[in-house]
This record gives sequence, structure tokens and C-alpha cells, in this order.
Amino acid sequence: MSQPFLKIEGLTKRYPGAGGKSDFTVFENLFFGIEKGEFACIIGHSGCGKTTILNVLAGLEAATEGVAVMDGREISGPSLERGVVFQSHALLPWLSALGNVAFGVRSRWPRWSAKQVEAHSTRYLEMVHLGAALHKKPAELSGGMKQRVGIARAFAIEPKMLLLDEPFGALDALTRGSIQDELLAIVQATHQTVFMITHDVDEAILLADKVLLMSNGPYARIAEIVEITIPRERTRATIHHDPQYYRIRNHLVDFLVNRSKTYANEERGRGDPLHPPIVRPGLEGSAQVVALAKAAAPVASPPLPSPAVRNRSN
Amino acid sequence: MKTERVWLAPVLSALFFAVFVGIWHLATVKPVGEVVVDPEYAALIGAAAATGGQSAMPGPGDVASTIWQHLRDPFYDRGTNDKGIGTQLVYSIGRVLTGFALAALVAIPLGFVIGMSPLVYKALDPFIQILKPISPLAWMPLALYTIKDSNISAVFVIFICSLWPMLVNTAFGVASVRKDWLNVARTLEVPRLRTAFRVILPAAAPTLMTGMRISIGIAWLVIVAAEMLVGGTGIGYFVWNEWNNLSITNIITAILFIGLVGMVLDSLLAQLTRAVTYKE
Repeated sequence: MSQPFLKIEGLTKRYPGAGGKSDFTVFENLFFGIEKGEFACIIGHSGCGKTTILNVLAGLEAATEGVAVMDGREISGPSLERGVVFQSHALLPWLSALGNVAFGVRSRWPRWSAKQVEAHSTRYLEMVHLGAALHKKPAELSGGMKQRVGIARAFAIEPKMLLLDEPFGALDALTRGSIQDELLAIVQATHQTVFMITHDVDEAILLADKVLLMSNGPYARIAEIVEITIPRERTRATIHHDPQYYRIRNHLVDFLVNRSKTYANEERGRGDPLHPPIVRPGLEGSAQVVALAKAAAPVASPPLPSPAVRNRSN
Repeated sequence: MKTERVWLAPVLSALFFAVFVGIWHLATVKPVGEVVVDPEYAALIGAAAATGGQSAMPGPGDVASTIWQHLRDPFYDRGTNDKGIGTQLVYSIGRVLTGFALAALVAIPLGFVIGMSPLVYKALDPFIQILKPISPLAWMPLALYTIKDSNISAVFVIFICSLWPMLVNTAFGVASVRKDWLNVARTLEVPRLRTAFRVILPAAAPTLMTGMRISIGIAWLVIVAAEMLVGGTGIGYFVWNEWNNLSITNIITAILFIGLVGMVLDSLLAQLTRAVTYKE
């Protein structure tokens, strides 16, 4: 049986209770996989442990139980094989944009000459359209530009997987849109494997191949995995014309607004945590939950919407 | 729009200075006709006798002429008790910088360790808390007894008093480096030593420099007292010597120079601090 590129098995995070109180379980028994080249988004309310999951994947935090395996090796600490884009951009303020990117590049390829490092770093900054701001300090850059530097820094080390912790959360809508476009283009060009936390449903639909929906914490779980069945060649300008778009969007919003709460209480203990239900809104009846996982573990690629339907919506 | 009058503050400063000098002058004006002693006797005994046994507080004019004399020849050396004010200041600055540099050599690496390890911090904290409030001069007898060299003892006192602000500030700066920045270094697999020099040091540098600035200020305060005790050379000894000579003009001159040198030392470190400060 083929293993997914990234495999999470029985991941659990508990914090010991203070003063004899019982332990506080943020999430437990998470199982999911991400294929090579896949873009996975995770959505859930605050407190369900999204950032903890990302930190475990980054190797910055240890899980209480369970393992995360990437490319056949267990994740036991931070590694250059996984690039992280932090929510607060986390640029070193005393270094220029170029210096920040070069800081990682030098660590990735210690034998490179200063010239090589600079050329490589410059290339990645130009990729996020910051070629004109190479020598500016983070304080001289706008919020969007800072986050672009953060993205360039993560991409420049050419990691096997990219971890993004709500990277656009602090940006205004217009800036967010343009950086989403850039990220989309880069990811489509490089076939980068990505795991991203987001609160923005539209962002998830635009970027992701699949969306992991988490129920509310404590005892948060992966409620279902939603496949984004819109073809990969997406653009922000046209994606909302796709007939699937609003079906998926409604399904996601529905989950966040209504079901994530009730799921935590009612459905806990029900279902199989090893195989969270995989959902394709719009293709298998509107927002209908179908447990496909047991039938066929590697899910076949979803059928594309017919061209006729697409033309009509344009 | 209101025009900025940048010249106003200096003009006001000059005015304050003029008022101060004026009051000083009026307060120290020598009353005419009070000389009751025989001029020959006065010449023999000195100025004190000439004014009826009281030592006169010098006026601004006297002090200005003394300053001018010192400035004209700051580095003369006419024996143990008669050295130029420049020479004495150079001795003092030398001691301060030596003690300060030694303290930095100890405080910065130790502060790094304390800041990075909560265990070491907890273990050393009681010692630091007890040693920190001790007046550096209280160490002087102990230093003289063990070191048996007055010059090195003075340097030791400077070392002790410069140590604590640098140590505490370095530890604090290192301990409060943003977790995000350390995580960046960790995810990029930056080696520990490189992280220390490329992330922690620049991040803690402004706090560290503030500690150094406090230290050099304290060191300059302490050196005068220390040199009064150990004697021999230095601006502190100069002040004490002139007190024995009852030369108030020289004491006032020395006070002025102590202030000027302190200001220069402080502004040098302030500039260094500005150089390592980053905007977030």
C-alpha cells in the first residue's frame, strides 16, 4: 500500500492540568495524510489546536501522543526540509529583506559563496516581486511586503514541504488578494507540497486541493476532509464563476457556523478517527457527508465539471 | 504654520549660564577696604591672610583664568603632586576603560549563559542580588589587602561596579529575545553558535548597550572616590590634593572637567547604542 508523503497518525496534544485537575486535551487521535504536491488547508475555530499541529509538523513542538511521518521519516525536530511562514512574518529586523532570505539560504547550502547565496536569494525575492526592495529593512516595508519576504525565505531553502501559519491573517483584503495570487502562481509552478492554516474560506477554496475541517476544541478532531473539486488552473478573478464554488463555500461556511460546535458535543466518539469522511460538496448531493475512506483509501481524482456548465456560468 | 525656532534652546541655555555666572560673580565679589593686615605680611602668608583669615570663594573670573592655564598646558609633569589636569584625566580614563573592558569580558558571556538558561539564572540570582547593591568602595580594603597594589585595586573597584548593570542587562536582553526569531533560526537549522551571534546578539544588543551605558556612568562616578582613596594619580587624587592645597579654583576646574569627560563617555556609548538599535 502506498504511503502518503506526509502521514499523521494518532496525533494528540494534552496539557497537564494544574493542581490535580485533569489534563486539558486540545485535540486527540488525528489521522490524515498529504500527498506530494498537494495543497492542504486546515480550517477551524480558535482553540482547536491548528497552530499546535503546524508546530508539530515544523518540529518546534512535540505531540503528547502519535507521530508525524514525512517522506518516510518521523518528524522529531525542526528541519530545513520543511519551510515555515510565520503568522507574524518573524523577519529579523536588523537584516535587510535580502539578508533575511540569505540567512536561511546560507544555512541550507553552507558551502555556497556569498555571490551564490545573494543570487539565489535575489531570485526568490524577485519571484514575490520584491526585486526593488532587496536592501530595505523590514521596518521600511509594508505588512504585505514583509509577509512576501517571509514567503520568499521559506521557498528559498527549497523545502520538501511548506508550512504556512495563517500567513495573510494580518493583511488587508486587497494586499491579501495579490499575495494569494502570487502564492498560487508559485505553488502551481513548483508543485510544492503545502500545509496551511487559514480562517478565510475563500482563500482555502482558491488555494487548496483539500480542506481539513476541525471541530471545536477541547478534544478537537478532524470532522471531515473536503475536496476542492475545482480544476487546478484557478484564478481569483474567475473562480467564483465555477459552479462548484458556492456549493463548496456553503458547505465550509455551514460547517464553521453550525456544525463545528455541535460536532464537538454530539458526534464525539462516533465515526472512525482513522478515516475521517471525505466530502465532495456538489458532486455527491449538496453538503452530504459520505464516508468514502473505507471503500477506497487513495481517492481517485474527482471528475471535472462539464465544460457546458462552466461556460454557462461565465 | 509654526516655524521651528531651533536657535531658541541654545539662546536660553546661554541666558541661564549668564544668570548663573552673574549671581556667582556678585556672591563672590571681594569687599573693598577690608584689608586690615600689613601688605608685606599678607604677601608672606598668602591670600587667606589678606582677606582676614577666610579662604575666599573664587569668582568666575578666577576660575576661567585657571581653566585657561590648565588648557594651555594640560599634560605637564612636575613631580608626584604637580601633574597637569590632562595627565590626571588620562590616568582616570585609563583605569575606567580597563575596569570596564574587563567587566564586559566577564559580564557579556556570563549574561548570555544566564539569559539562555533559566536554571543557571535561578542558581546565580541570589549571588547577584546580594552582590549588586554593595557599594563598590566597600571592596577597596579587601582589594588592597589581596592585590597589594593600589592602581590595580582601583581598576578592580571599577570592574566590580561596571559588572552588575552589564550582567543584568545582558541576561535580560538575551532572555527576552522574541520566540519567533529563535523559531526562525531553529526551523532553518542554524547551528547554536551562529544563532547566538546572528540572532540573539543583535536582538539583545540594544538592551546590552543600555547596560554598558549605565555601567560606564557608574564607573566614572566611582573612579573619583576610588582615586581619592588610593591616591597617586588620577582626577580624584587631583581633587583631593587641591583640597589639601586649599585651591578652590582648581577643585572647581576639576569638577567641570569630570563632568565634561563623563558627558563625552556617555554620548559615545549613546551613539553606539543608536548604531545597534533596530526598528521593528
